[in-house]
Amino acid sequence: MSEAVGHEHHGPPSGLLRWVFTTNHKDIGTLYLVTSFLMFLIGGVMALLIRSELFQPGLQLVDPHFFNQMTTMHGLIMIFGAIMPAFVGLANWQVPLMVGAPDMALPRMNNLSFWILPFAFLLLVSTLFVSGGAPASGWTIYPPLVLQTGDAFPLLILSIHLMGLSSIMGAINIIATILNLRAPGMTLMKMPLFVWTWLITAFLLIAVMPVLAGAVTMLLTDKFFGTSFFNPAGGGDPVLYQHIFWFFGHPEVYIMILPAFGIISQILPTFSRKPLFGYTSMVYATASIAFLSFIVWAHHMFTVGMPLAGELFFMYATMLIAVPTGVKVFNWVATMWRGSLTFETPMLFAIAFVVLFTIGGFSGLMLAIVPADFQYHDTYFVVAHFHYVLVPGALFAIIGAVYYWLPKWTGHMYDEKLGQWHFWLSTIFVNVLFFPQHFVGLAGMPRRIPDYALQFTEWNQVSTVGAFGFGFSQLLFGYIVWKAIRGGQQAQDRVWEGADGLEWEVPSPAPYHTFETAPEVK
Amino acid sequence: MSEAHGGYYVPHESHWPIVAAIGLFVTMAGFASLLNGAGFGSTLMMVGGALLVLMFFGWFGAVIRENQQGVYHEREDMSFRWGMGWFIFSEVMFFAAFFGALFYARVLSVPWLAGAGTEEWTGRLLWEGFAATWPTNGPGNIGGEYEAMPAWGIPAINTLILLSSGVTVTWAHWGIKKQNRKQQVLGLLATVVLGVVFLLLQGFEYAEAYKHMNLTLETGIYGSTFYMLTGFHGAHVTLGAIMLTVMLFRAMAGHFTPHNHFAFEGAAWYWHFVDVVWLGLFIFVYWL
Ligand code: HEM
Ligand SMILES: [Cu+2]
Repeated sequence: MSEAVGHEHHGPPSGLLRWVFTTNHKDIGTLYLVTSFLMFLIGGVMALLIRSELFQPGLQLVDPHFFNQMTTMHGLIMIFGAIMPAFVGLANWQVPLMVGAPDMALPRMNNLSFWILPFAFLLLVSTLFVSGGAPASGWTIYPPLVLQTGDAFPLLILSIHLMGLSSIMGAINIIATILNLRAPGMTLMKMPLFVWTWLITAFLLIAVMPVLAGAVTMLLTDKFFGTSFFNPAGGGDPVLYQHIFWFFGHPEVYIMILPAFGIISQILPTFSRKPLFGYTSMVYATASIAFLSFIVWAHHMFTVGMPLAGELFFMYATMLIAVPTGVKVFNWVATMWRGSLTFETPMLFAIAFVVLFTIGGFSGLMLAIVPADFQYHDTYFVVAHFHYVLVPGALFAIIGAVYYWLPKWTGHMYDEKLGQWHFWLSTIFVNVLFFPQHFVGLAGMPRRIPDYALQFTEWNQVSTVGAFGFGFSQLLFGYIVWKAIRGGQQAQDRVWEGADGLEWEVPSPAPYHTFETAPEVK
Repeated sequence: MSEAHGGYYVPHESHWPIVAAIGLFVTMAGFASLLNGAGFGSTLMMVGGALLVLMFFGWFGAVIRENQQGVYHEREDMSFRWGMGWFIFSEVMFFAAFFGALFYARVLSVPWLAGAGTEEWTGRLLWEGFAATWPTNGPGNIGGEYEAMPAWGIPAINTLILLSSGVTVTWAHWGIKKQNRKQQVLGLLATVVLGVVFLLLQGFEYAEAYKHMNLTLETGIYGSTFYMLTGFHGAHVTLGAIMLTVMLFRAMAGHFTPHNHFAFEGAAWYWHFVDVVWLGLFIFVYWL
């Protein structure tokens, strides 16, 4: 049995196989984060191909079918390969440290949740090389279009099954850890917000990933086994797919933002040297957002042909989400109000998050208005909306979290000067990249089309310049992290002056096994 | 074996997860190749499946051994409980997707195809003469003429069987609490037998449907929802019966004590879940 390891064995085993057999939450967290960065680079290359083609009107670099493969794969890879694994990686590292647990509750399953992913991504990326090319229907894989996919089709569906399996197991582990392994005295309402938001996110994951599995299974049987789920001639309906997909899809976007809310709620108080304003309301706001996320899905389908009552219901329900979201933004600002602020890199990313995510929230509100959405739907305005919430939103929170906790993980301070460079380059270029997409979108430029009318040229060129700037700035991020892993100024236990929480009570780097005996929380 | 951390058992290094991941990958790659018409697909699937079976024996065997050695206490037990509970919840949501499809078809899309609500012209222009009824194989008569599956034959018997199996599994549970080995074994044996009879009857029903009723997976939306719901349910009954069979052997080996038998409870929870899903199926797929 490989489990038979001596009692005195405490550090990590050596050799590459350590990473394959590990049950340690820190190792697995690192694996998730590294994989996420690799997928981010692959998805990023695809984004740059898209932006290069869109630098000028007309078709120059790639043919339209390949362009569509790029938009599809970019979306799938960024969502399932970059953002979600990054958050799970952060949860793996931080949740046990923050609740005072010895490890994740189900350590073997934790290993499996991770190791499914590289294989799933292998299936997904291999579609680029099969006959008919990668899926080209957009990441939402709507029928009937997606049913025309070539050999890539079953690979796509089965890779989604695998990614879902990984997410569900990861989420079960996180819930079990939070509910079962908290240190004595750590009541639910004393949990750090990152832990709270992950608890709720994990619930969302378990609730909706199986629904996605159902939807793609129906696609598979419609294509290969003659079922009629999405075929009107047999009594089915392609719109049914959209309902099931978005019943997953909208909670999914909150899966990608709630942990970010948690991260921001950790970083802002630290660098404001003040406790978080309105802790309880933050918890309730998160829970309400999660609840509401189940009853707004059809705002993605306003133009598909829905009964009027449906349009109205989903419009008002969607707008309701702005209320708890507003509570959060208010609390963040109030946390900073009259704090003694300093602006280290994590804080900069957190502040940028608050401002830029809010822009994305506002464009979301515009999209929630049915008659307005009739104009905006499937234009670049939607692209601008979701990139604002996902890039300077979710991704900035992830980057901020890495800067914030990196000294705890590696024991070294990162290079603050380079961090500041990374921040300013990213923040400037992300706006150069995505802000103009609002303009071309409002003016009517459709999404997922490789060509466009002449009048959109200038803003598309600006956007492409921003894309390359943003993309290459992220290589700097990779370098900064690499440098901090290799060495640097020794980090103190409480890395940041204003930091509060269990993870700051242990040495930096956190020992391979932390909290072998549970700490006492007052 | 391994060490306890703060009273919580954390296993070190396990090779079973990677075997599971590779097994899943090989199975999926094989299935995809098979669907794309590659002959080696089924071989790959069998290799993958064998790896998975091996993995289940190895992984769960390791956990059972650890339990026998007494490394698990209340905390670990609680983690298993949360794990199993949330796993079952995820399964509920998986079935919810297919039930959702069924309700959507019955309440919305089929009536719309026949011109209900604001869709009058859809009905008139596209599907002239189509009337909304349930069951239906759609305005295109997909799959050809067929007979619907009546509720009051095999399905009703199967309902009784599953409900009684819920009773027998509870009786076995009482046997564990009373430390009555014979009652445990008999209760589990009866449950497994009932499960197998259920599956045989279901298989017989499918055979009837295919041979004599022309009710197939391709019979429009009715055939699709019928077979996908009952088929996935049947797969879950199979899984549940396998779990209970393992419990049967463990009961015979005397593994269960009144305070340490979560493996049994987990399997029983799963069995009850399968039972409840069946009730939904009986009502909405067969009866109404
Ligand atoms: C204030 C909160 C928000 C509101 C009111 C809102 C509203 C909307 C609406 C109405 C659409 C559909 C637009 C259309 O297709 O015509 C949409 C699209 C989208 N939103 Fe949001 N949203 C909000 C927050 C978020 C967040 C936090 C995320 C992710 C982190 C997100 C990600 C997306 C994505 C990915 C799409 C596009 C999906 C696609 O068609 O590919 N949204 N949003
Ligand atoms: Cu949405």
